[in-house]
Amino acid sequence: MYFIRRILFAIPLLFVISALAFLLVHLAPGGPFDSERKPASPEVERNIKAKYHLDEPVWRQYGRYLGDLLHGDFGASMKYQDHSVNDIIAQGLPVSMLLGGLAFGIALGAGIPLGFFTAARRGGWQDYTGSFVALLAVCVPSFVIAPFLILIFAMKLKWFPVALWVTPWHMILPPIVLGSYFVGKVARILREGMLEAVHAEFVTAARAKGLSETALLLKHALRIAMLPVVSYSGPMLADLLTGSFIVENIFQIPGIGVFLVNSSLNRDYTVVVGLSLLYAILLIGLNLVVDFAYTLMDPRVKYE
Amino acid sequence: MSEPQHFSPGQRAWRRFQKNRAAMWSAWYLVLLLAVVIAWPLLLKISGGDFARLHGPDELSDAQFAPPSIHHWFGTDLHGRDVFSRVLYGAQISLMVGIFGAGVSLVIGVLWGAVAGYAGGRLDSVLMRIVDILYSLPTIVFVIVIITTFGEMLKQSEFVQNSPAAAGALRIVLLFVGLGAVSWLTMARIIRGQVLSLRSRAFVEASRTLGAGSTRILLRHIIPNIFSVAITYTALTLPAIILYESFLSFLALGVQPPMASWGTLIAEGVSQINPIRIYWWLIFFPSAVLVATLLALNFLGDGLRDAWDVKGK
Repeated sequence: MYFIRRILFAIPLLFVISALAFLLVHLAPGGPFDSERKPASPEVERNIKAKYHLDEPVWRQYGRYLGDLLHGDFGASMKYQDHSVNDIIAQGLPVSMLLGGLAFGIALGAGIPLGFFTAARRGGWQDYTGSFVALLAVCVPSFVIAPFLILIFAMKLKWFPVALWVTPWHMILPPIVLGSYFVGKVARILREGMLEAVHAEFVTAARAKGLSETALLLKHALRIAMLPVVSYSGPMLADLLTGSFIVENIFQIPGIGVFLVNSSLNRDYTVVVGLSLLYAILLIGLNLVVDFAYTLMDPRVKYE
Repeated sequence: MSEPQHFSPGQRAWRRFQKNRAAMWSAWYLVLLLAVVIAWPLLLKISGGDFARLHGPDELSDAQFAPPSIHHWFGTDLHGRDVFSRVLYGAQISLMVGIFGAGVSLVIGVLWGAVAGYAGGRLDSVLMRIVDILYSLPTIVFVIVIITTFGEMLKQSEFVQNSPAAAGALRIVLLFVGLGAVSWLTMARIIRGQVLSLRSRAFVEASRTLGAGSTRILLRHIIPNIFSVAITYTALTLPAIILYESFLSFLALGVQPPMASWGTLIAEGVSQINPIRIYWWLIFFPSAVLVATLLALNFLGDGLRDAWDVKGK
């Protein structure tokens, strides 16, 4: 019941978001054709504006946009000729999803062991080193890691290609760069959760009954500590999809992040609004999925 | 027999903080960085003699891509500019955006959270619902949309077209207001929780029974008690905003040339990557200072949190 209400609530929310984005982008002066050479004559300019309905009042444009949207049509790009926003999404989204998915795997695959290890060795030098590595991963931005990995692994050692997204060999450095921040984040969240869990009464009870430390950590502490990691996974997945601008930019990967940044710089209305809306849909959807997974994992959680 | 010593909570927190070596070192590093960043323009003015040749951030020279040396500690860039000087110049803008942005998020977050927590009831649920909704939005996408649209409006306005310096300054204001405006959500949630629990605590009830009014309770009991929480989360918001700023500037969406921040400096370095020659110092030094600052701020924030024993949520 709760989830049905959440889904119903998401619909007006998306309308508001699309209206906001649409209004913001349209209020700004300077159309998408300004940076180009002046059209040959006023008629040509008028024709172009009429073609994209830029001569109508904003609310009419938004109405038209919404109508198209309900048919699953995000409109035409004003910069990339003969491309609709749907084309851009169809081309870029699978690439961004694959990149984000691989990075997600790295984040959990490396972050959980690191967090578990530092918590298991709490107070020891392994904990300090591991925790420092995790913090370092959080603090070193992707646009710092990327050039260093490119310089070392692509240019000096020539193990991997420098850029592009063609063969599986191209798909190793970018997900590592994208995932590194989240490795640190997951490790830190898990460690904190584990440290809280080992002081819980039921863990003390289990220890008193003679359960070994390893079993204690694996069976009891990890299960509890995974919950905050799960609830972080939703925003994390969304961040991985939206936060890949830099990585896509540096490695010249044709995902939607590159389109969003270029369209913002080019003031390509429909692409900016369409992609922002797509991100909002992804984020709201992922948060729903995560909350649902949460109820399955933790029977104590009940949404009324 | 020594008397048992008594410490105020503030003194106890300070002692705990002093014991945290990472946090103390971080604090010293940040003080030093700030001092150098502030002193550098003055030093540039004083120097100029033969005593010590310091280079201004915009000073061009023929020494293109010189590696680090006695004359240029961090080397030089494409235009022969001294990278050390440019890193300090970039630090000015990066730190300024970070500090003001964190300030904006502090003000909005504390007001929002305190009002929600203290008023309670319907107002509380409406305010917190808005926070929930904002949480579920792609914030950085919205910052990009806001910055590009308002940036365009500024560019077209007459005031800005008459003076390029004003344009740069307004751009920075836009940047920290935009970043601050999306970074206050966690602060609001935490402050609300604190105010909510403080409101019903025994000492507040006692004060109310003694006849204290709302204002007195807010000023005497609530505000001092959320002070530590607010400072701690501001210290943790600061690196996040610096990171966002460098991220946007790296994408050419943030600070515009001729101004520079750590993000634009790293972007310049990255654009010089080529297979023939590697100008590592162009990327290494700005990155190292950025990462060191982010690490220090995080250590400081964690140290404050442990010292004050602040708990999230």
